Amino acid sequence: MTTNIILAGVGGQGILTIAAIIDQAAMRQGLYIKQAEVHGMSQRGGAVQSHLRISDKEIFSDLISLGSADIIISLEPMEALRYLPWLAPTGIVITATKPFINIPDYPETEFLLQSIQSTAPTCHFIDADQIAREAGSPKSENVVMTGAASRYINISNEQLRESISRLFEQKGETITAINLKAFELGNNAITNYKN
Amino acid sequence: MSKRELLLGAEVIAQAAIDEGLSGVYAYPGTPSTEITEYIQQSEEARSGIIRAAWSVNEKTAYESALGMSYAGKRSMVCMKHVGLNVAADAFMNSAITGIKGGMVVVVADDPSMHSSQNEQDTRYYSRFAQLPLLEPSNQQEAYDCVRYAFPFSEKMGLPVMLRITTRLSHSRSTIIRRKPGLPNPLLPDNDRSKWILLPANARRQYQHLLDLQPALTEASEKSPYNKVQEGEGELGIIAFGLAYNYVMEVITRFKLQLPVLKLSHYPLPEQMVRTFTSQYKRILVAEEGYPIYEELFKGFFGNSIFSGRLDGTLPRTGELTPDALIKALHPSAAQAGPPVPSLVAARPPELCQGCGHRDLYDALNEAMDAYTSRHVFADIGCYTLGALPPYNAINTCVDMGASVTMAKGAADAGLQPAVAVIGDSTFTHSGMTGLLDAVNDQSAVTIIISDNFTTAMTGGQDSGATGRIAAICAGLGVEHHHIRTLVPLRKNHDTNVTVLKEELEYKGVSVIIACRECVQTARRKKQQSL
Ligand SMILES: Cc1ncc(C[n+]2csc(CCOP(=O)(O)OP(=O)(O)O)c2C)c(N)n1
Ligand code: SF4
Repeated sequence: MTTNIILAGVGGQGILTIAAIIDQAAMRQGLYIKQAEVHGMSQRGGAVQSHLRISDKEIFSDLISLGSADIIISLEPMEALRYLPWLAPTGIVITATKPFINIPDYPETEFLLQSIQSTAPTCHFIDADQIAREAGSPKSENVVMTGAASRYINISNEQLRESISRLFEQKGETITAINLKAFELGNNAITNYKN
Repeated sequence: MSKRELLLGAEVIAQAAIDEGLSGVYAYPGTPSTEITEYIQQSEEARSGIIRAAWSVNEKTAYESALGMSYAGKRSMVCMKHVGLNVAADAFMNSAITGIKGGMVVVVADDPSMHSSQNEQDTRYYSRFAQLPLLEPSNQQEAYDCVRYAFPFSEKMGLPVMLRITTRLSHSRSTIIRRKPGLPNPLLPDNDRSKWILLPANARRQYQHLLDLQPALTEASEKSPYNKVQEGEGELGIIAFGLAYNYVMEVITRFKLQLPVLKLSHYPLPEQMVRTFTSQYKRILVAEEGYPIYEELFKGFFGNSIFSGRLDGTLPRTGELTPDALIKALHPSAAQAGPPVPSLVAARPPELCQGCGHRDLYDALNEAMDAYTSRHVFADIGCYTLGALPPYNAINTCVDMGASVTMAKGAADAGLQPAVAVIGDSTFTHSGMTGLLDAVNDQSAVTIIISDNFTTAMTGGQDSGATGRIAAICAGLGVEHHHIRTLVPLRKNHDTNVTVLKEELEYKGVSVIIACRECVQTARRKKQQSL
């Protein structure tokens, strides 16, 4: 089975950390991985995405084809909509609700959320900013979103937690603990928001 | 079983070179090639001095240094983005004539779709031009294997071997299995002067030697582990080059098609293999990640219509291939996109960071330029190119590295006043210094603004060639001392900066204004590292 995930956000929001957490956990589970990322020009505050594919069989394409993403995880509501053409008919959109406004014509958040709700077969809105603060640092927003998405990804939470511990190890115990908590709170959030 | 490791395509290439006994990597940063050298710089081998890995000032100096290391008998690698090979082209073309001693691999990273580039030129043209072998891996594991293969192959043929990758392979992560590492070569310089001194008599003989090697290169391609036929049924055969093979295989496996495929990753083309494959099918789809070079060649001048691909619209004419492009070509009934992007989604282009010194420079420059009805600012390549976008709209050109200085000079020579150039510190040392000397020698009326943020920011903050020495270089090139002005682009200095700019814009000779302030991203990284 192949799981296709699109990670979306704005340059600097930390989608590559989400990818790293999932990648490393998948690797320890013996799965095949391909993960295409964006480096360079667009990283400067522009729209960024990463295609992440996990499978128990060899994966050929680094890119996900249109209409076949199982999950879109977005750190920001407008970016979630940008990749709808990739969403599978049964696909799920999980997005953080707080907008990242660095352009003059940014739409009303409410309209964005309505638009997601009316187009995505299943969607979850996560107040990741608030939850990250609860966990101890607004910077852990991306890990909150990983926690939220984890129930749709066929990888054990234990392995995902292991990835978090390893990734943040260098930054010390406090930061690791905050991120592990962010993961848990994110994971719980989706039960509450399940629609 | 060997352990799987998860690496970026670029990192895979670096690791393979380390494992194959590399002694030196030479490079100037450029997306999507930068991470290769960065990975080697972080390695134990580089930190302990076994591998030399510091940045070069530009691709030409990098190329020649790699060639010199090869001359001395050791294995070297030079890495660049596609347009970097234009800069190194003189050394590159002539290295095909001299040949090499220690294995030399030339890694060039193309950027189809121009994610971070000015064009999408295809490096495979250069390999045909120089008549050098080229490997084009289709995935990360093959990239590892190709690099390990390339060094001994280079030594066997006595030629530099090219490795062409594209953004998608370079910036995509996958797991690979490494093989047992080998040892570096000993110091063993080449004593064959007739090969290295390209006086006409030697050059003619060496060129003939290169031509004589071509059958052996083709033979190697016929036997290459990277070229292979995959059997199938029907009237349509597919010739898939490099990364295109992945998209073809994605479609074939997903929709369980039985299409025959000839996978090609080792050039020059294995003629026999291509002929045999092609003769079996009524129609051939040619899938190339890049320009339709071989499609055009197969079609020939008179247009043999059995071949389709990018030229007849079966695949898109420009941009990188996608699985969707191949679904459309091979199994159109299955093409099915998700919901369209709602119209309320706005574009989000990249922008200069908040607090970036380039912002304050452009604020000051725009105000100084308000005095003129003719506003032409020749800019260059780097973060400061984003001054092209609102709210600044501050620049008129961005062509190739260094062109700001020389285009301003040419325009000044034509009578355009003021003629202003904006160039970054790294771009200045890459290719701006020589142009400045031209301006000095010609006493052209130009105002050259060097926006010096002490780093090569655009590509992620690599060391810049002459941090702290920019003013001395300008003085050394002959710019008059009192027309080398330094300013600090900060909001609080705005008025002073505008005054300095205005003064120099009015000067009818060469003036250089160095706007010095550290890139905020580099400063942040340094702070984090020192914690
Ligand atoms: C020939 C060539 N080599 C490399 C690049 C990639 N590149 C674009 S801008 C840049 C560095 C710019 O550094 P600098 O001039 O200091 O400006 P900054 O980004 O720091 O503002 C590089 C390496 C290129 N476009 N062309
Ligand atoms: S990376 Fe540095 S130079 Fe580039 S926009 Fe940001 S602050 Fe400016």
